[in-house]
Amino acid sequence: MTRWRTHPAAVRAGIALVALALLALPFALAAAGTAWVRITNLAILFVFLSLGLNIVVGFAGLLDLGYIAFYAVGAYVYALLASPHFNIHWPFWAILPIGAAVAALFGVLIGAPTLKLRGDYLAIVTLGFGEIVRIFLNNLSHPVNITNGPQGIARIDPFRVDGVDFSKSDSFLGLTFSGPIKYYYLLLLVLLAVIFINVRLQDSRIGRAWEAVREDEVAARAMGIDTRNIKLLAFAMGASFGGIAGGMFSAIQGFISPESFVLVESIMVVSMVVLGGMGNIWGVILGAVLLSFVPEILRFTVEPVQMRLFGRMLIEPEVIRMLIFGFALVLVMAFRPGGLWPSAVRKRELAERRL
Amino acid sequence: MDIFIQQLINGLTLGAVYAVVALGYTMVYGIIQLINFAHGDVVMVGAMVAFSVIVALAPLGLPPLVVVLVATGCAVSACMLIGYAMERLAYRPLRGAPRLAPLITAIGVSIILQHLAMMIWSRNPLAFPQVIKTQSYDIGGATVTNVQIAILAISIAIMAGLVALVYRTRLGTAMRATAQNPQVAGLMGIDANRVIAFTFVIGAALAAVAGVMVASYYGIAHYAMGSQLGLKAFCAAVLGGIGNIPGAMLGGVLLGLVEALGAGYIGDLTGNVFGSNYQDVFAFIVLIGVLVLRPSGLLGERVGDRA
Repeated sequence: MTRWRTHPAAVRAGIALVALALLALPFALAAAGTAWVRITNLAILFVFLSLGLNIVVGFAGLLDLGYIAFYAVGAYVYALLASPHFNIHWPFWAILPIGAAVAALFGVLIGAPTLKLRGDYLAIVTLGFGEIVRIFLNNLSHPVNITNGPQGIARIDPFRVDGVDFSKSDSFLGLTFSGPIKYYYLLLLVLLAVIFINVRLQDSRIGRAWEAVREDEVAARAMGIDTRNIKLLAFAMGASFGGIAGGMFSAIQGFISPESFVLVESIMVVSMVVLGGMGNIWGVILGAVLLSFVPEILRFTVEPVQMRLFGRMLIEPEVIRMLIFGFALVLVMAFRPGGLWPSAVRKRELAERRL
Repeated sequence: MDIFIQQLINGLTLGAVYAVVALGYTMVYGIIQLINFAHGDVVMVGAMVAFSVIVALAPLGLPPLVVVLVATGCAVSACMLIGYAMERLAYRPLRGAPRLAPLITAIGVSIILQHLAMMIWSRNPLAFPQVIKTQSYDIGGATVTNVQIAILAISIAIMAGLVALVYRTRLGTAMRATAQNPQVAGLMGIDANRVIAFTFVIGAALAAVAGVMVASYYGIAHYAMGSQLGLKAFCAAVLGGIGNIPGAMLGGVLLGLVEALGAGYIGDLTGNVFGSNYQDVFAFIVLIGVLVLRPSGLLGERVGDRA
């Protein structure tokens, strides 16, 4: 195709433009309402989750339907270690790694007995695991009150660095940085790191081993790959991303309850990965951003449109949102199995099948 | 002791329902190795359709038995239609695709069914009308209701009918042949696509009956009632050995008993640290235990291919 796309100067200019747009974005959004900044922050968290799940589903080909459990683990670790609930207030940079480690441990715990099984069993076991975690979060309020049950944990500490409190507004260079805007920049920074890690992982020895296991496990084993350990590694690594995202979610929201970690959320993350393009980092990011924003836009448009057309609400936005998820999964699998933005490997495979 | 008998009766009733639903999973899995994730939601549609028919027939003053039969008939036909449509539109185009693809489609179908139901029947739990008056009988200090007896009797009849269908008829032979080897079955003149469609339709019919039973047992129908039930029935199918029809029946009954007895005794056994609100955990613990210790299930054969 066109040459200019790969010209170094053009690439550099493109990156600079995107970076500028991303830096200016929160102020543009804040003009439309702080709610949109918050929505963007949540969308970035979902990008983290999707990238984490992409390691498991996209790279290693293991369908995990209970992924939100790791998010929950990370969130609760943060909430318990930085809230008045136990009166512990550790700094966030100490807790986030703990959350990631605990989530990874859970990943190994659930993965070790099940990863030798067929892929579709794994899907159901992980789903069951997600449910178990939620049931425990709901009920571990007695005899010792650990999770505070369905009421959840409130007044969770925000991030604090050097006296800068992320929940309060600050002025700097004549601009007002509200709490959500500060979180946005922090999330953006973490996002860059996460993307970098993912890109490097994909092309690494481990990434190629994952791909081999995904394509043909028997052949991979014959090539000397320890398939069980490599799958466990994918599971643990995916889980730790979920754990970090969960910790940040806790801090940003200031309140968590088991309500936030239901099965639908797991399915939402799976939809993001599948719709965007399993195995392609950029595709997954696209999927996560699309599926995070479309429902919010629907929320603001569906009601007025129906009110004008029919004079009353016929279909709730929630229903439309979920129907979009459902049809997205079915239609993508039927017509574009590689997702909206397929990975190069998948594209090659799909082209081969056509021949 | 009377608690034990009571939980035994409750467990058997629950287990019978699980068994009927598990049959749908196991038949489809046996034939095309697909976990039909949306099967639980077909159960829900069955309950919902029956609900609507009963409500519509209420003012006519028909005899209760007729109402129940008509409602069940409508539910069964609606679910058969959905089962066929599901196979034809969602799963058939994916035959031969990588294994993950139909599973993801199945999740999508499940979401679609649930939210269409939410659109039609509202998000609130519906009180399922008790058409036939509940009567209780006393057995050794425990009570058993006529609904429970009916559920047990119907489930046994259904299972007997299914066994007859699978092992005694031409269609059943074709189903078993397709399950063993679709290509060779095709060479023998069996239309695999037709057999697969039939399997889905039969499974959906069973699901519809299960839906009516479960809704009249608990007195509630809800758009999301199918997902938990479906998951547990799947656990039951795996416990018995997925793809194995007698296994699904055994697994269902066993799982029902484990849940009922577990919920009844967990408080005493753990000194009230865990209560009966952990009832839903048992099915998954059983599932993980089976997969770790005996992945082929109680009655299943060892599967060579694991990839």
